[in-house]
Amino acid sequence: MNVLTDNWSTYWHGFLGTLWLTLVSAALALALGVVVAGFRVSPVRPLRAFGTGWVTVLRNTPLTLLFFIVVLGLPRFDITLPFFTFAVLALGCYTSAFVCETLRSGVNTVPTGQGEAARSLGLTFAQTLGLVILPQAYRSVVAPLGSVMIALAKNTAIAGSFSVVELLGTYRTINELGYGIVWTFVWIALGYLILTLAISALFNLLERRVAVSR
Amino acid sequence: MTVESSALYDVPGPKALARHRLYGWLALLVIAAVIGWVVYMLFHTQQFTYQKWMPFEYEGVQELLLRGLGNTLKAFGWTVLFALPFGALFAAGRLSEHRVVRWVSTLVVEFFRAMPLLVMIFFIFVALKAPAMWALVAGLTLYNGSVLAEVFRAGVLAVPKGQREAAYALGLRKTQVMAYVLVPQANRAMLPTIVSQLVVALKDTSLGFLITYEEFLHAGKLIATNLDYDLPFIPVVMVIAPVYIGMCLLLSWFAKWLERRGRRSPKVKGGAPVAPAGLTPDPQG
Repeated sequence: MNVLTDNWSTYWHGFLGTLWLTLVSAALALALGVVVAGFRVSPVRPLRAFGTGWVTVLRNTPLTLLFFIVVLGLPRFDITLPFFTFAVLALGCYTSAFVCETLRSGVNTVPTGQGEAARSLGLTFAQTLGLVILPQAYRSVVAPLGSVMIALAKNTAIAGSFSVVELLGTYRTINELGYGIVWTFVWIALGYLILTLAISALFNLLERRVAVSR
Repeated sequence: MTVESSALYDVPGPKALARHRLYGWLALLVIAAVIGWVVYMLFHTQQFTYQKWMPFEYEGVQELLLRGLGNTLKAFGWTVLFALPFGALFAAGRLSEHRVVRWVSTLVVEFFRAMPLLVMIFFIFVALKAPAMWALVAGLTLYNGSVLAEVFRAGVLAVPKGQREAAYALGLRKTQVMAYVLVPQANRAMLPTIVSQLVVALKDTSLGFLITYEEFLHAGKLIATNLDYDLPFIPVVMVIAPVYIGMCLLLSWFAKWLERRGRRSPKVKGGAPVAPAGLTPDPQG
């Protein structure tokens, strides 16, 4: 127990680092994912091809390799950013491929008749999308999106090995101070559990709220 | 292009087609500009000099890369070998009739699915002081095995209830029901998902890099940080990334192929007309 109380500030900083990394990467992943999903369902062929390529390549790239490329490769192009930004870029791009696939399959679950009915009522494209398609797609997307976000939170652990302050990396500091290694890891594990359970609770809540309106 | 029926837009008319073509050209222009910039940067930062590509001519370097690739595949192979039985065992545990076995299995599976894989690998490596490869394999096995257990369980539960009931009615024991009736049928539906999970395992072998297991990425880093070769980082990435992505892509395509094969399988197709035959009157009769 005193491993936690003695190193509270180290753990707390690590936890906040992980939390912050998760939030910022999630925002980037959602934004990119929406754009790429838009590309993949658009009637413009080069955009569709680009979206397909983006998703295929990123889904089959090991995240460690992506970190390796972003953190060590971009500086070769004279692009030097803080490690945190690099980590967000790698995590965000990687997760955006999964977000895109989730959104796309969500849009595809909306029956064609819904769009046809909306258009025959004279709604514009933006209205069709915003008022008819997306609200229905949203429902079938919430649960899988939750799994994607949990995976993202777990993947942030990799950033610790690339000089970003986060929860898993705290074990080095604490270990050097001579605390029991097993208990060090128990508290780290607990921190991740808190984070993933919180995300899963949040998405359960969202799911229940949209389910009621059906 | 065949227009997919989509809820989003109608089949475009001539005006819309012209507009889409315009957008298409604009998009191509932007993509070409980005690619052009990357290529310019590659030349500008002198990534194609002889000195940076020379190391790949050395046999020692080639051997180093191949050994790394071999180690990656070795870790992957062991993971597959251990994770599949692990998954089967705990799927059976979760489907067990004994409450204690069920609870323990559920606890194990849920715990290892919720933990970040890297935390487990580091724990086994640092706290249990396992050799790097076995730490990696053990972590991958625990995580992927747990996910596979859920896949197996879902597959077995998805077999129609009548199959199980019929098997019990014939007097089969529960092990026989599982082995001869449920698992063979579930197998077909599960196979693509299992292979997709193996893609995840293959991708995650690269985590071994972080615990200094001498796998493919590690070999790449050794070459990339060598001053004698003028730090050939980008050339190394250009060699390593296609191999990694290619391996995962092949496995992903295999999963997709399995899925498509399963869907148009004669058994599945032949099964469908049998059911309605008795219910709907023959249109010719």
